Amino acid sequence: MYTDLVMDHFTNPRNVGEIEDADGVGQIGNPVCGDVMRISIAVDDKDHIADVKFKTFGCGAAVATSSMVTEMVMGKSLQEAADISNKAVAEALGGLPPNKMHCSNLAADALHLAIQDYLVKHGREADVEQILKALPKDHEHSSH
Amino acid sequence: MTTTYFDHAATTPVDPRVLEAMLPFFSECYGNPSELHRLGRQARAAVDEARAQVAAALGAGEKEIVFTAGGTESDNLALFGYLARRQPGHLVVSAIEHPAVMEAARALNRLGWAVDFVPVDHHGVIDLDAYEQAFRDDTRLASVMFANNVVGTVQPVAALARIAHEKGAVFHTDAVQAVGSLPVDVVELGVDLLSLSGHKLYGPKGVGALYVKRGTRLQPILHGGGHERRLRSGTENVPGIVGMGAALALATEELPEVRPRLERLRDRLAQEVQERIPEVTYLGHPTERLPGNVAFSVRYVEGESMLLQLDAQGFMVSSGSACASGSLEPSHVVLALGFGAEEAHGSMRISLGRENTEEEADAFLEAFPPIVDKLRQMSPLYVKG
Repeated sequence: MYTDLVMDHFTNPRNVGEIEDADGVGQIGNPVCGDVMRISIAVDDKDHIADVKFKTFGCGAAVATSSMVTEMVMGKSLQEAADISNKAVAEALGGLPPNKMHCSNLAADALHLAIQDYLVKHGREADVEQILKALPKDHEHSSH
Repeated sequence: MTTTYFDHAATTPVDPRVLEAMLPFFSECYGNPSELHRLGRQARAAVDEARAQVAAALGAGEKEIVFTAGGTESDNLALFGYLARRQPGHLVVSAIEHPAVMEAARALNRLGWAVDFVPVDHHGVIDLDAYEQAFRDDTRLASVMFANNVVGTVQPVAALARIAHEKGAVFHTDAVQAVGSLPVDVVELGVDLLSLSGHKLYGPKGVGALYVKRGTRLQPILHGGGHERRLRSGTENVPGIVGMGAALALATEELPEVRPRLERLRDRLAQEVQERIPEVTYLGHPTERLPGNVAFSVRYVEGESMLLQLDAQGFMVSSGSACASGSLEPSHVVLALGFGAEEAHGSMRISLGRENTEEEADAFLEAFPPIVDKLRQMSPLYVKG
């Protein structure tokens, strides 16, 4: 049911952990739903993601999408990172089973929340809307 | 990598002795039992013998055994077969039934039957007072599973059957998990209908049976040539039926040896998992449970991820998490025991079988704690370092 790439990211997840004194942190999901993802980022002075780490409670797809999104955005500009969608993460993994596309595919949302957190913390509220065109909608998975 | 199979509640391997008994019935003795020629008579004799084996194992009469295509069909035949003859009224089922009973009850509900789902306690034992109070004047049938597939809890079936009879209802039990693992005697239990399945007891998939107590009138749900005393039309699955008979005879013979061995292995696994891993909740009843069932919930960790990590090391287990179940809902059984969704998502089941060994338990106990540790280190819910 999972692609080899999903299983690879699940069994050998990349960038697990939390960045101390992170520039931005985003968390999405709810333990009641069975998935919680937290992504922390360090941003350099050129608005590039210098480091990114994740912690995830959830199924194989939740862990794999979290791991994949960290790999996809490492070193990328905030804008490039902001443009990555949940769907793009799933595609980069070679697809996910249909029943995993909703609940377990929220890693890009967590990343976007981390970028938003960074911008707000650094007094750049004005940039939020421009960089994050498609902010994660408030839905039942949001823990905020 | 070695394969350690700890998922016998899902299905069991066909015992080589069972397979041997089945093999002639594929391409040598392939006759249709309904035919009068020699090949037909051979097949009929084999089906009769299997029926005698199943009846003997359950303490039933041969005429009280109806072969079906499996546990799900048996449950559906019991509920629909009994109730379809009657004007819609009321039925009582437990809150932790297998989907085969649960969904059949819901389907009956859509046809106009009122259904009460009786709650269970924290150990998964049905609340006897609530059960007794659930009956109404128009209650026709009560169905409570013998032993639960998720948490292993065994119900006081004889008492439940007695209460149902006092209230004027018939009593069905889904004994798919129990038959072959625990002594099951339909006369001692006093049940009217009892479902069993071949592949849970080292027989083949695609075959099951329903015990129908003499005098309990059912209507078929499959109409046709009138096989199985008109209760289940369709040419008999002769190899499957032969396999089920052989498997149940073997399981019954070996039960006195296998059961205490599995119970020791079960209790050892349960105890040592709790000793080696902090914040683990043992699910189900401490003693009134299936000999091979070890179920627990591991805090801060999601079940499917445990299952997949164990799988990567060769251990086959099951989980009650939403993801592992294929739906988006966590196990209704774990929730019915009064646990939260988080605990249900973190639930895991080991179900042992007669080929499992102490060495396999040793290997599991070595492999599992580091997996939980790794997943907890990855979990944003885990607070300790």
